[in-house]
Amino acid sequence: MQEDILKQYETVTEGNVKEWFEVGKVSDFPENSGACIKHKTKQIAVYNFTRTGKWYASQNLCPHKMEMVLSLGMIGDKDGVPKVACPMHKKNFSLEDGSNLAGEDLKIATYPVKIEAGNVYIGFSD
Amino acid sequence: MKNIIVVGNGMVGYKFCEKFVAKSASKDFKITVFGEEPRPAYDRVHLSEFFENQDAKALEMAPAEWYADNGIELIVDERVTDIHRSTKKITTVKDREFSYDYLVLATGSSAFVPPIKGVEKEGVFVYRTIEDLEGMLAYADKLKKEKPNAKAAVLGGGLLGLEAGKAAMDMGLEPHIVEFASKLMPRQLDLRSSQVLQLKLESIGLNIHLSKATNQILGDKAITGMEFGEDDVLDVDMLIISAGIRPRDELGKTCGLEMGVRGGIVVDNKMQTSDENIYAIGEIALYNQMIYGLVAPGYDMAGVAVDQILGEVEALMPDEIDMSTKLKLIGVDVASFGEPFMPASKGHSIIFENKTQYLYKRINVSLDGKSLLGGILVGDASDYNMLHQVYLNGMAIPEDPSQLILPASEGGSSFGSVLDLPDTAQVCSCESISKGDICCSITEDDCNNLGDVIEKTKATTGCGGCKPMVVDLVNETLKSLGKEVKETICEHFSFSRQELYDLIKINKVADYEETLNLFGDGHGCEICKPLVASIFATITMETPNRQPVIQDTNDRFLANIQRNGTYSVVPRIAGGEITPDKLIVIGEVAKKYDLYTKVTGGQRIDLFGAQLHQLPLIWKELIDAGFESGHAYGKSLRTVKSCVGSTWCRYGMHESVTFAIDIENRYRGLRSPHKLKGGVSGCIRECAEARGKDFGLIAVDGGWNLYVCGNGGATPKHAVLLAEKLDDETVVKYLDRFLMYYIRTAGPLVRTAPWLDKLEGGIEYLKQVVIEDSLGIAEELEQEMQGLVNRYECEWKQAIENPEMMKRFKHFVNSDDTDDNLVFVPMRDQKMPKAWS
Ligand code: SRM
Ligand SMILES: Cc1cc2nc3c(=O)[nH]c(=O)nc-3n(C[C@H](O)[C@H](O)[C@H](O)COP(=O)(O)OP(=O)(O)OC[C@H]3O[C@@H](n4cnc5c(N)ncnc54)[C@H](O)[C@@H]3O)c2cc1C
Ligand code: SF4
Ligand code: FES
Repeated sequence: MQEDILKQYETVTEGNVKEWFEVGKVSDFPENSGACIKHKTKQIAVYNFTRTGKWYASQNLCPHKMEMVLSLGMIGDKDGVPKVACPMHKKNFSLEDGSNLAGEDLKIATYPVKIEAGNVYIGFSD
Repeated sequence: MKNIIVVGNGMVGYKFCEKFVAKSASKDFKITVFGEEPRPAYDRVHLSEFFENQDAKALEMAPAEWYADNGIELIVDERVTDIHRSTKKITTVKDREFSYDYLVLATGSSAFVPPIKGVEKEGVFVYRTIEDLEGMLAYADKLKKEKPNAKAAVLGGGLLGLEAGKAAMDMGLEPHIVEFASKLMPRQLDLRSSQVLQLKLESIGLNIHLSKATNQILGDKAITGMEFGEDDVLDVDMLIISAGIRPRDELGKTCGLEMGVRGGIVVDNKMQTSDENIYAIGEIALYNQMIYGLVAPGYDMAGVAVDQILGEVEALMPDEIDMSTKLKLIGVDVASFGEPFMPASKGHSIIFENKTQYLYKRINVSLDGKSLLGGILVGDASDYNMLHQVYLNGMAIPEDPSQLILPASEGGSSFGSVLDLPDTAQVCSCESISKGDICCSITEDDCNNLGDVIEKTKATTGCGGCKPMVVDLVNETLKSLGKEVKETICEHFSFSRQELYDLIKINKVADYEETLNLFGDGHGCEICKPLVASIFATITMETPNRQPVIQDTNDRFLANIQRNGTYSVVPRIAGGEITPDKLIVIGEVAKKYDLYTKVTGGQRIDLFGAQLHQLPLIWKELIDAGFESGHAYGKSLRTVKSCVGSTWCRYGMHESVTFAIDIENRYRGLRSPHKLKGGVSGCIRECAEARGKDFGLIAVDGGWNLYVCGNGGATPKHAVLLAEKLDDETVVKYLDRFLMYYIRTAGPLVRTAPWLDKLEGGIEYLKQVVIEDSLGIAEELEQEMQGLVNRYECEWKQAIENPEMMKRFKHFVNSDDTDDNLVFVPMRDQKMPKAWS
């Protein structure tokens, strides 16, 4: 079962977006923090970097122990790369490409985010 | 282009590759490595960590790509079956043939399984590979389901056997160690130290059986017991054999290399076997008629073989190989170095033994009293690195050598500075890094901190035992260069916590963003955010509700996150005192929300398994019934434990419960660099374990004795006496000063005990600051603390009364659904999270 849950998360790039799914207003998302949204069976963590004016999104599932927790992690940067630190064991993931910043094999899927007229949209390919 | 074939991709085979490709001359060679195991080389020394996380990747010496990136062909899961010396070819189990110019045998060893009747039974394991551990875990799981108190025995009480015993305990089985000899770790320990170690191990739950020869393994299909003598049987459900190793020398035998009588392939000090094109290194190599079952000599052998093949013929294996060891068993220090057992004709032994503290230290000193020949440490091996260096380098020892092992009296250690070591002193034996290498990386190369030095030299990356000494060396060297040794917070703030505390306070900064703009760089991280949050809290007593996103996840949601992403709820039960009515409320709330309920180690009650959206509902009910937050999630005051004291106890001297409640209520909600715990005992019987706390009070005739800076946890420390026979008021005054001084000056996540350890002047200095007010800040500290006490507010009450703050207790932004991935399974009439794998 856990493989199935993990399998549904695959990185989507702007190029292969089939649906821009509206997830709420900008003001629904806490500043400089993550929050979680639901799309069908997926849980997606959305990160609002108010400081840099950028938004990122990734799977909410931490691949380390398969916990639905990444949106609760603290965000920030490592050497300029925006990242989230999992609240469980503090593994750091790049929000640019989903790679683990300690060079381990773990990886998370990332999704494109766009803001239009104060609304937040996440791009999905299915 | 010449071909090198390496047979065996274990720790030493890997090290050969690493050392080889680091040489520029390696361009002219092509290396092909064969490994029989299904994965690339991993760190066997830390194999036991696999029990903690089952993360095989984390143990890898290098990822599979590393080999390809360095031009090495790695072929795993394929055993080499024959060597054809006349044609210089090998064949593998898949009948493939490969030619070599040089052959390096690094086939290691396998666990020795003694020929005992019944060893083939189900449930009997050895402890050598990841697959062995996977097998054990699966078997232990199955056992525990069938039998709640299943037992596991380890055959062999050596270094590895004890590690296996700990593993059995961690797997939830009742652990037994069975040893043939009359002592534990027979190769490293003398009888007395073995007895001390035995007492200690028994105190943590290991059962030890010495002088037992196993005749037979009992059971039909699976093991049910071990038989020693006729009526001497131990019932066990699983057995881990750890009775020594046997070199994997079958290849050497069949191709006619010179072998040792009891196995192993004979090598000379060039690591060459009897065939000049074949080298043997690691646990397969018989050097000086010995198999060295440790990685450090294996790594040295790898280095020698690399140099020899590349024509650096003067690189030779030293005649003497140091077999000193320090065991990394959690909670028990054991070390032995040099000549641990010494006949009286060769020197004198100085022995310190204290069974009440499970301590044993022995050093062997030359007859003229001038040099250290070896020794044994049980219970406290913190001086091992230094003693080992003194022994290795033949350094001078004090006129009264007993100072080397007597418990450090005030004023500290009898060792000089680490910088007194000779440059050649080998500090990291796994990677053969000398003191000179470490210092040079700072003075000659441009290393500026510990991280740089580790990256450059690889020191500490083996067993890690040398880490404390490397840290000292780096700091001392930096200091000697006049460079500041700064414990900076993280890449975003190049200040220490104390500096940032002062900056924030003086400049009256109140927001994280502002702090970052004024004093930092970049966008912050999980290290500096909670640290700055804690500084704000200790200056203004602000709760995590105002700036939730810079709090650690626990503080942000005012609850402890659990392994499945649910939370726990711990209301404050000051001093452990609770009325029946309140107990009923807790019971009712737990029942209503179906929470797993447990009495904690801190005299209160924890309710587990609440979902994010339930937290405010639960807290509303608790607050209505008169409870408040217990701050179990914060780096803050937790509990002040009490014993029942003079109100009921026939020995009680003062009212310990009343005082514990008063103190807990005074400091509730107080944020600090690490968590704070207190205890109050009504007499010296100490039922509240006050000396295991950051501050503890013990009632004596004439008042309270105040102890500070103790803790339990991984490195337990007893609190030390600060002042005697105090009245209630003076206790509070001293506590205010002590706590505030700690909060101002401690590093992030440094508890009171390690803080005191680092405080120059130690407890005597602390007494001057707190009691004699040597810094003239006592009044200020008291006022600051009173200010914080006055501003206390229950943060849960604050949160549920404010709709804006309540927004965060919701799983999804765009849906009222709850997390549907949560699965609970029943456990003893309650529930627990379902394990993921
Ligand atoms: C619940 C409890 C275990 C229990 O079921 O009894 C517990 C649970 C945790 N302890 Fe503890 N400790 C609990 C009593 C203790 C005690 C006993 C005591 O307080 O007398 C100790 C030893 C005393 C001490 O602290 O010195 C203790 C020493 C630790 C340590 C080691 C601290 C150290 O300085 O070495 C940690 C790790 C840390 O804080 O970094 C820790 C960390 C934890 C954490 C926070 C681990 C984590 O990050 O999840 C656990 C949180 C569980 C939760 O969600 O509630 N816990 N922990 C106890 C809660 C007491 C309470 O009422 O608040
Ligand atoms: C649990 C445990 C804890 C330990 N703790 C410590 C410690 O604290 N300190 C310390 O110094 N040492 C410790 N050791 C010992 C240390 O792990 C060994 O000394 C070291 O691994 C030896 O390395 P090696 O490469 O010679 O052998 P190995 O690591 O055994 O590697 C040999 C490899 O060769 C493979 N092989 C064998 N024959 C063939 C063949 N014909 N074809 C292809 N491949 C083959 C094997 O499958 C194996 O993978 C510990 C060992 C264990 C098991
Ligand atoms: S000892 Fe404390 S931290 Fe460790 S598992 Fe138990 S509760 Fe958790
Ligand atoms: S679960 Fe995310 S780091 Fe362990």
